[in-house]
Amino acid sequence: MTDMPDTTLTSHPSHDSPLEVDTDDAVDYYTPGAPIGDTKAPDGPINERWQTRKFEARLVNPANRRKLSVIIVGTGLAGASAAATLGEAGYVVKSFCYQDSPRRAHSIAAQGGINAAKNYKEDGDSVHRLFYDTVKGGDYRSRESNVYRLAEVSTSIIDQCVAQGVPFAREYGGLLDNRSFGGVQVSRTFYARGQTGQQLLIGAYQALERQVAAGTVETFTRHEMLEVIVVDDGDTSRARGIIARDMVTGEIETHLADVVVLASGGYGNVFYLSTNAMGCNVTAAWRAHRKGAYMANPCYTQIHPTCIPVSGAHQSKLTLMSESLRNDGRMWVPRTKADCEKDPRSIAEEDRDYFLERIYPSFGNLVPRDIASRAAKNMCDEGRGVGPEVDGVRRGVYLDFADAIARLGKDGVEEKYDNLLDMYERITGENPYEVPMRIYPAVHYVMGGLWVDYDLQSSIPGLFVTGEANFSDHGANRLGASALMQGLADGYFVLPHTIRDYLADGPFEKVDEDHPAVLEARSAVEKRIEHFLTVNGTRSVDSYHRELGHIMWEYCGMERTEDGLKKAIDLIRTLRDDFNRNLKVLGTADSLNQSLEKAGRVADFIELGELMCIDALNRRESCGGHFRAESQTEDGEALRHDDQYAYVAAWEFAGGEAGTMGKPVLHKEHLVYTAIEMKQRSYK
Amino acid sequence: MNLTLKIWRQPDAATTGSMHTYEVDDVSEDMSFLEMLDVLNEQLNAKGEEPIAFDSDCREGICGMCGLMINGEAHGPVTTTTCQLHMRSFTDGETITIEPWRSDAFPVVKDLVVDRGAFDRIIQQGGFISVNTGSAPEAHAVPVPRDDAMRAFNVATCIGCGACVAACPNGSASLFIGAKITHLGELPQGQPERDSRVVNMVAQHDHEGFGGCTNIGECAAACPKEIPLDVISQLNKDLRTAIRHGH
Repeated sequence: MTDMPDTTLTSHPSHDSPLEVDTDDAVDYYTPGAPIGDTKAPDGPINERWQTRKFEARLVNPANRRKLSVIIVGTGLAGASAAATLGEAGYVVKSFCYQDSPRRAHSIAAQGGINAAKNYKEDGDSVHRLFYDTVKGGDYRSRESNVYRLAEVSTSIIDQCVAQGVPFAREYGGLLDNRSFGGVQVSRTFYARGQTGQQLLIGAYQALERQVAAGTVETFTRHEMLEVIVVDDGDTSRARGIIARDMVTGEIETHLADVVVLASGGYGNVFYLSTNAMGCNVTAAWRAHRKGAYMANPCYTQIHPTCIPVSGAHQSKLTLMSESLRNDGRMWVPRTKADCEKDPRSIAEEDRDYFLERIYPSFGNLVPRDIASRAAKNMCDEGRGVGPEVDGVRRGVYLDFADAIARLGKDGVEEKYDNLLDMYERITGENPYEVPMRIYPAVHYVMGGLWVDYDLQSSIPGLFVTGEANFSDHGANRLGASALMQGLADGYFVLPHTIRDYLADGPFEKVDEDHPAVLEARSAVEKRIEHFLTVNGTRSVDSYHRELGHIMWEYCGMERTEDGLKKAIDLIRTLRDDFNRNLKVLGTADSLNQSLEKAGRVADFIELGELMCIDALNRRESCGGHFRAESQTEDGEALRHDDQYAYVAAWEFAGGEAGTMGKPVLHKEHLVYTAIEMKQRSYK
Repeated sequence: MNLTLKIWRQPDAATTGSMHTYEVDDVSEDMSFLEMLDVLNEQLNAKGEEPIAFDSDCREGICGMCGLMINGEAHGPVTTTTCQLHMRSFTDGETITIEPWRSDAFPVVKDLVVDRGAFDRIIQQGGFISVNTGSAPEAHAVPVPRDDAMRAFNVATCIGCGACVAACPNGSASLFIGAKITHLGELPQGQPERDSRVVNMVAQHDHEGFGGCTNIGECAAACPKEIPLDVISQLNKDLRTAIRHGH
């Protein structure tokens, strides 16, 4: 029952040996490119790299900071924390969000908690163990230097948030409480009931608004970034600003700066139904991708095991039930199909299959998300799912609190999970204190994102990417309570150090609003908007989005196959052609127009969907959230192939203007581990 | 079920709005209220009529973006957000009126969308603890009594939706401010700025055109997060204390 029982060692690729792929299913869909690598992480022992980098990063003196401007897109944990911190440092910051207030960004919906290697429980935690758990949880597909740094700064995040007044849960002595989370065997998760994301975001939001009052940050709410401005200043092409649309007046605005930061979140809504907010989108990242920023590992999607099942065709989003519920709730299905229609309370204990406890006795209900999700899917595929039939299959399993209520009392459960259980009852009309909850996996998070180096800089100089929008820390699967950690690590403690090294070369040559690069970006935005409004077809944006989501979930969801992915690519291309010819968007460009906003986002999702399928097709191995049916062990567990696929797939856009993707160029970053040994994961 | 909807439509802030009547059929009781409006919008789009603009984002009751007056009640008949209100709370054949938040301090942007920027500007005037990144002491340096932390948390759950203002006959945002004052005032970290915080936030509140509190209590009744009315007592107490301290 230790955390180190892994026995199946796979070959450990050395620095020099190139990764040779046996079978490349995607060979007809892409162009091979030159290898890529991070050049910013210093050499040397892993625990000294961040200190070294911080020391070597050049300084900008306070008087010069006032002459340097930063654009930050997105006000979630990664964006708001960066805007506040850079404002405090004295830079001139412009902060953009599509919502009506920075406080609404979707980090607010994170429930369970935030990890930090404080070891307050004295249960064997340490920076190295958090690092180890995160790399292992990510199935050895993350960059070790970045992950180590994440673990290292995690403790400072808790200090900072407590000082801001974040009301974390406390014990009777007044000290902070912790709980455990999936994929680990220590208690390192700090929480504020089931609303940790809300409390952390309010902390960052308040720090941001404090800087607005101080005059260092200017906020642009109800603004959507639609293009990045890349200017060639003679020797380097640099990101120098954005084109944004004021969503109320429709005005197309040019905003110029010395550096641009994308903290625009993840693209889970490519699946239409996900736990993301309605407005979450890939547009900022995708527009940057089209301008030269590489998109890394786009197929790595996290399907969260504990969400409320789909109830009908009208469904607009799915609701997560925090993973923390798996601390006390037990997942089960009936042993026999015959019991699946029965009232669960009438099913005897011996007729229940607590499948996670049975298959994974060491971790039980606390296995990582990808494993729990696939197990739940397998139970339903076997015909042992519960709840209403959708297309002939019952897509649900029970998450039962009866034991916890017996152990802790109803009050005890209420205190820990009250708002979650209430929410469940409100949505389903069933009382989870009396009837076991029904849950099913749903798209929740994407590990893929724009490629960044150790400094969080993308392949476009001057374009930095933080939080879920980048690919860097979670490999092929993210552990619970690590997204909040990464967002705040990037924004409070990483980016402010690395960006100053870049800004030390600034201020860069002034760019005028009539610079050809600016005019080109503006004109592209205006043409696109005009196109959406003049197609005058018959189908609504939502109908396309729903169809795309269906294709992605069916063929690029929890299980992927060569045939399915190729079929998906054909379907997506057909969908794109129809979208270009038959879309119907009413209203005008010069007012609030929610259909128009959605049209731009769905157009970008369609292109992204194709790239995700190509990426999934190329990776003929199973790792973390990416499960290729062709690559599994005899008992159906994911099987990695480190000798062939220990790389980050960084894709360069190669498409034409007409909305075609062309053949994207694949740049491989070879993953080399010096501080940890690559093993096949085992949670048994 | 089949429903008749009377909905406020207003092209922009400068144009006068009016109520319009729509029929929507085949509504399932498992739909959320906003999903019902999605269905209506799809129908309007198909007919060539511009869809109704309304705000929503997370649709799980936490971002605070959604908010409608439904049959005259902020967020409708159940104590929750509009996005978490489900159609099982209504009956077949019912007529439902849907309006934007009612408050001068929240001007209408379009249809059911309002501008709540005033809330951000109130927070800018002191709704924070001044601590720059990196300057925080070790988290366990200052223990916080568990009950204080719990009370701080309970009122920190405010989502800034504005239902309290919309429900108040005076259009007061006292519950919103009271929640923030109480959240930060319960914690040791919030003490140094306690006096200036309340004075400045209340001044901004009045400047934005929100009304005064006359202890009606509609705000707490409408609050989807059940922020208790006693935060307004706390607000008044803190304000008196600050004035006594010479602010």
